[in-house]
Amino acid sequence: MALQAFFFYLFSFVTVAAGVMVITARNPVHAVLWLILAFFNAAGLFVLLGAEFLAMILVVVYVGAVAVLFLFVVMMLDVDFAALRAGFVQNAPLGALIGAVFLVELVLVVGLRFAGGAVQSTGPAPAPAVGSTMTNTEAIGAVLYKAPFVFYLEVAGLILLVAMIGAIVLTLRHKDGVKRQSISAQNARTPATAIDIVKVPSGTSTVPGKTRERA
Amino acid sequence: MIGLGHYLTVAAFLFTIGIFGIFLNRKNVIVILMSIELMLLAVNINLVAFSSFMGELSGQIFALFVLTVAAGEAAIGLAIVVVYFRNRGTIAVEDASVMKG
Repeated sequence: MALQAFFFYLFSFVTVAAGVMVITARNPVHAVLWLILAFFNAAGLFVLLGAEFLAMILVVVYVGAVAVLFLFVVMMLDVDFAALRAGFVQNAPLGALIGAVFLVELVLVVGLRFAGGAVQSTGPAPAPAVGSTMTNTEAIGAVLYKAPFVFYLEVAGLILLVAMIGAIVLTLRHKDGVKRQSISAQNARTPATAIDIVKVPSGTSTVPGKTRERA
Repeated sequence: MIGLGHYLTVAAFLFTIGIFGIFLNRKNVIVILMSIELMLLAVNINLVAFSSFMGELSGQIFALFVLTVAAGEAAIGLAIVVVYFRNRGTIAVEDASVMKG
């Protein structure tokens, strides 16, 4: 128990500190790296909560894909990030005020109200009983592909497909002056449009294409 | 003994940091997107904490869907940032006022 408390405070402190560094870092590349640290420690919190599957998904999907995507975009854009920090100090007091009010409200309402013990589930997907040999991944898989959740799973897949197509359509750029294959023009070719049959009288010559314009 | 309230407090801190980050970096759309990621992470910690302490897996499944939508949102958002930068040469949020009446 003491070890669990130690790791809880370690992970949560590093997560919150890395979150603060994300929003205050001067260099956006450093901000992305702090974001990765925050995700790693949040994954540690998930492991403490017994959600190993989500912890691994957080590391693989978030650190491996989303954070690296951020890193690519930050490095690709040639932006003067110092100019974007103008007004950093002027905005701080208002933001701090609203943030402080919000934090106090959240901690008072949520943090204290649920400070008590565990509540028993009555929902559609009860977790495996304590002492069961079923792993977290197995338990999630047992409920994820069944009636109430499988529809949401399919909608999630659709959302990812739409996001993929949207990102491709948004960033695809057609350059002028690049020779490309025109499949419709190729398929529309017939012998009549492709071949010239020229009768050449013996002893004379002919210039190809003179009889009619080539297609 | 670490209870549900502890986890909810951490999530509240993280969510507030996300809101504060949007106020602090009002011009830099990339840092705003990162702040949104922090807020979604706080929501996920809430969902997983409730799931764990209530003995109910629905919370973890919802956290999975939140992760899915957040990944799609990051991809689309960054694509829009890239296109915007290509067209305008800047990513300052205040310049995005073309549609202002």
